[in-house]
Amino acid sequence: MTSISQCFEQLRDRAQCALIPFITAGDPDLATTAEALRILDRSGADLIELGVPYSDPLADGPVIQAAATRALANGTKLDDVLGMLKEVIPSLNAPIVLFTYYNPILNRGIEAFLQEIAEIGVKGLVVPDLPLEEADALLQPAAAAGIEVTLLVAPTSPADRIASIAQQSQGFIYLVSTTGVTGMRTQLQSRVKDLLQELRTVTDKPVGVGFGISQPEHAKQVMEWGADAAIVGSAFVKRLAESGSPKEGLIALEAFCRDLKAALTVEG
Amino acid sequence: MDCSLHRHGPVTTTPLPTNSNPTAIEHRPDSLGRFGKFGGKYVPETLMPALFELEEAYRRYSQDADFQAELEQLLKDYVGRPSPLYFAERLTEYYARPDGSGPQIYLKREDLNHTGAHKINNALAQALLAKRMGKQRIIAETGAGQHGVATATVCARFGLKCIIYMGVHDMERQALNVFRMRLMGAEVVPVEAGTGTLKDATSEAIRDWVTNVETTHYILGSVAGPHPYPMMVRDFHAVIGQETRRQCQEKWGGLPDILMACVGGGSNAMGLFHEFIEDASIRIIGVEAAGFGVESGKHAATLTKGRVGVLHGAMSYLLQDEDGQVIEPHSVSAGLDYPGVGPEHSYLMDIGRAEYYAVTDQQALDAFQRLSQLEGIIPALETSHAIAYLETLCPQLEGSPRIVINCSGRGDKDVLSVSKLLNP
Repeated sequence: MTSISQCFEQLRDRAQCALIPFITAGDPDLATTAEALRILDRSGADLIELGVPYSDPLADGPVIQAAATRALANGTKLDDVLGMLKEVIPSLNAPIVLFTYYNPILNRGIEAFLQEIAEIGVKGLVVPDLPLEEADALLQPAAAAGIEVTLLVAPTSPADRIASIAQQSQGFIYLVSTTGVTGMRTQLQSRVKDLLQELRTVTDKPVGVGFGISQPEHAKQVMEWGADAAIVGSAFVKRLAESGSPKEGLIALEAFCRDLKAALTVEG
Repeated sequence: MDCSLHRHGPVTTTPLPTNSNPTAIEHRPDSLGRFGKFGGKYVPETLMPALFELEEAYRRYSQDADFQAELEQLLKDYVGRPSPLYFAERLTEYYARPDGSGPQIYLKREDLNHTGAHKINNALAQALLAKRMGKQRIIAETGAGQHGVATATVCARFGLKCIIYMGVHDMERQALNVFRMRLMGAEVVPVEAGTGTLKDATSEAIRDWVTNVETTHYILGSVAGPHPYPMMVRDFHAVIGQETRRQCQEKWGGLPDILMACVGGGSNAMGLFHEFIEDASIRIIGVEAAGFGVESGKHAATLTKGRVGVLHGAMSYLLQDEDGQVIEPHSVSAGLDYPGVGPEHSYLMDIGRAEYYAVTDQQALDAFQRLSQLEGIIPALETSHAIAYLETLCPQLEGSPRIVINCSGRGDKDVLSVSKLLNP
């Protein structure tokens, strides 16, 4: 199956900006999550980020916090999430990136966790509370297990730090578009453009922009600024959660995914 | 209620544990902010530059004569330091053996500080630091409200904008402190997530900091969180132990034999302990909150029952379930109601330099009343946990060792909720 890096290479060959939707596993339940993954996969998602629900999601805003709280309240366990993925991943084209805080990894044991997710076909990992200084513990064993660990760059990161992060990051570089937690914003900060340019001077690795991208116009904007991927989380999670039923949620999810994909599809 | 003045417990002959290898614990933390394997910086990338900036500012101003002089003057004139080391005569009598011998109990009176707890030492120093770093907006988390009050106080004193995050459950049980903070001009933001206690307030404060990091300083209130906080907060409270050493010298020309303090995050305990870590003859005891009992699943006894994990930016012992989800703790004391603990405490426990025990809500409530009746000192519920451990410790001791307990805060804030618990 395709790795994250290979996926980006293929997209680059076609001059396409990737769409990376994010949803929280187990919200409202794992059966819906499984269905959502299949729908996203066939509605334009190039990669899919799946959030493992966590009790103390420091980097997340209210929408994803609430989703994690609901998922945990209905008894979603890591084993259940991995069990669901084992079933679903073989039917997907889009590689799966797990988004998880560090403590659940540590709790399971770094090697054991990596081996388990690699076996079921997960390709990448984003750990929002593991900055460069602490990432060594994960980077080497992940490389050995065939899991690409993507590190984050923030608007506050100074130039020398950006270069070090870009060098260590695997698969792609996750550019946080805003000084803040995840969540929908009405406007993109214009300094994302500068940060993208800065990244371009130090790396040719793909760059995905996330945090605060909630509309097709935002996705189009970051594509035009040179991003290799637009990552959209809260806006998906909200559509899934705020519909009257899981079924209606999935319909809204599909429509939104197609709108985003259309905005990212270069004509001609 | 039992108001008798003597308690004739069995006299056992447990030897005092000693630490024979103090050299292993020099230079804490290392350059990466680690105490052994504990500590570190597990935070979103957005905060990393701010942590480096803070570390740099702290290093610079901890050696800056003007900064130190201003801090010292304010600790003296505004906080009221030094705080007394008080011989608790009737408490000592209460634990005396029939022959009149027994442990000699002293209280380090941090409850007499301005705002009624040790918390002001750190809040004041960090506010001075924030001012020099040019940050005009201050945020803080609070559990019992003591750190929130201390932060609101120093922000009023220096004209800084102040936002305090506090769990809704804590706002209810510490209503007096909510009023005090608002009176001094702070904005108190209710946090409804989770159980509405200190853990949730801390997460929310960190989210605010991630969002406003460029204009804001976060006055973290314990020896927890990412580096440099565990080191910096410890150092700002180290004055407690430094004064204690001097006062012991003045009173009996020697060292204390046993130090004791309550531990939630562990700032008052580190403030007392730090000065004496290398004095291997001194026994160091931290007392955690056992809530309804350490086997009940409703407690905050992190070091007693936790496993190593990462919370709020540091690796330390942590109350977590089999999936690595953080467990919501319980304690009658809002200030101890926290599922984590400062990383240096985890380190001191693992190397055997400090001992940690836990006492229940009920034992703490009993001690709350005992100290009030025997000494005319109403301790905070947090402090009451340290006082309560005397019940277990004193019968185990031989001779007449001198015990110094950090009387970390006063209990005025707790009288309303305790009166409800005692007369439901």
